[in-house]
Amino acid sequence: MKISINRHLMQRLGFTGITLMAVATVLPIVAVVIYILAQGLPAISTEFLTGFPHDGMRAGGILPAIVGTLYLTIGTAIFSVPLGIAAAIYLSEYASDTPLTRTIRIAIINLAGIPSVVYGLFGLGLFVLFLKFGTSILAASMTLSIMTLPVIISTAEEALRSVPQAFRTVSISLGATRWQTIRRIVLKEALPGILTGVILGLERAAGETAPILFTGAAFFLPRLPGSPFDATMALPYHLFVISTQVPEMPIKIQYGTALVLLVFVLTMNLIATVIRSRARSKRQW
Amino acid sequence: MEKSLNWREFIITRLIQTSGYSAILFVALIFFFLLREGLPALSEVETSSLFNPRWYPIEDYFGILPLLTGSLIVTLGAGLIAVPFGIGTAVYISEIAPRWMREILKPLVELLGGLPSVVLGFLGILVLSPFIRVFLDLPTGLTALTGSILLGGIAVPTVVSVAEDALDAVPRAYREGAWALGATRWQTIWRVTLPAAKSGVLTAIMLGVGRAIGETMTVMMVTGNAPVLAVKLGSLFSPVRTMTATIAAEMGEVANGSTHYHVLFFIGMVLFLISLGVNIAASSVVFRAKKRAERILS
Repeated sequence: MKISINRHLMQRLGFTGITLMAVATVLPIVAVVIYILAQGLPAISTEFLTGFPHDGMRAGGILPAIVGTLYLTIGTAIFSVPLGIAAAIYLSEYASDTPLTRTIRIAIINLAGIPSVVYGLFGLGLFVLFLKFGTSILAASMTLSIMTLPVIISTAEEALRSVPQAFRTVSISLGATRWQTIRRIVLKEALPGILTGVILGLERAAGETAPILFTGAAFFLPRLPGSPFDATMALPYHLFVISTQVPEMPIKIQYGTALVLLVFVLTMNLIATVIRSRARSKRQW
Repeated sequence: MEKSLNWREFIITRLIQTSGYSAILFVALIFFFLLREGLPALSEVETSSLFNPRWYPIEDYFGILPLLTGSLIVTLGAGLIAVPFGIGTAVYISEIAPRWMREILKPLVELLGGLPSVVLGFLGILVLSPFIRVFLDLPTGLTALTGSILLGGIAVPTVVSVAEDALDAVPRAYREGAWALGATRWQTIWRVTLPAAKSGVLTAIMLGVGRAIGETMTVMMVTGNAPVLAVKLGSLFSPVRTMTATIAAEMGEVANGSTHYHVLFFIGMVLFLISLGVNIAASSVVFRAKKRAERILS
């Protein structure tokens, strides 16, 4: 009898301990978001969101950084979305379990693990210097695309695989070709899952700094970039600059910039979560 | 009509196939460019001085040992935080939490994974490092420990999601069998579920550590960036400089093609090989576990 009391006491202690650990993991996340919201909101004004920085960035707005991050995110999407989805289609619909396929999978896992600053080096070596794009939106977007690719491929492949095999069998038996089946049936059913993966991948790209440090980020620009071959300011790099490189930087502007970046990223995260949960509740198979 | 359909189908299939192979191409390209720009370092700097304990590029001291130890100590600290908290949270989410709690916790952990590292570094400078300086009574709050705490946070989502997948994959029958034998839920978790998910949990740890060693911005902002050899445990409380931070901080200022430039690429090559090793090890653990499971079940 004594043993069994100890066992149950043990369980209660253990469960409490694990619960506390989970709370200790999650609470700081909530605290970080609330703290930045509270500290950053006073800095937000029309001038801050639509103006250019002046007085050595110690006053004015962050418009060029916001626009730059938008450009970089769109640029990343242009390269990584079609390529990523096509690669996912290949892995899910065409590839069989050969050594080549396994090599592709290992390559994807490795791409996902390569440090972001190494992507920066690669981008500098290939896009900026070898292909002579210069420090530009184009070079930075392409660097970010390759970094985003593994996220998009693996989530899109998972979404494609979750479409029941019967859908494909029926479509083929009705006389559709393989590509018609993929385009009209499989892709359509997997769309919400793919979209979630795409947004989560782009969210990461939008928040990254290290890959754009030497491929496209500019310390300060007095005007908006006019072509893909121009360098650009970007929110994460701007936050890095004003929090470490500019002396006597007003704290309000720093928190304001952090807040705008956070809202940018959180909005994408929220959209992805909503798409996923709506698709799950609507799914009939 | 029939013919053009076939042609389109053929071209599209080829395009898709090429995209499929692109991942291999990119890994190869990345490795090639790191080699191309990094290997000249070996001929320009003597191998013995590369392993010198002094990193002072202005006077041509290119010892990468302080950077290696800096990365190791920060990553070790991050692992000591991320592994218990990550696995604890994964166990809680997968085994203990009621359904509604799970629906709240999972997106929150995912959110942490999406937080830009520069935002964490920013808060590290303004909030965490002053706290550490006062709390531990140190001359500066920008220490390896500060980096470790934040990196721990960055590695946690990776550990949680991989470990949770592994725990979820353990068949329900295992747990029911243990309960039927009179084990409590706690005993079941420790003696049945976790051991059954061992390989997945191991993968989670490796990928988490891999994530930590490659993190750049947070570390550069909060560890103080002093290239000193970190070999004692006390180094945790003093400034260090990691490999990633060195590349990020110095690449912008070097002349293309200089020795310094080549050495920075060489460090990038070392980082690439470390992440390659970690990831191949992690996927081979999974692969072997899968093979073993197939053997037992057949």
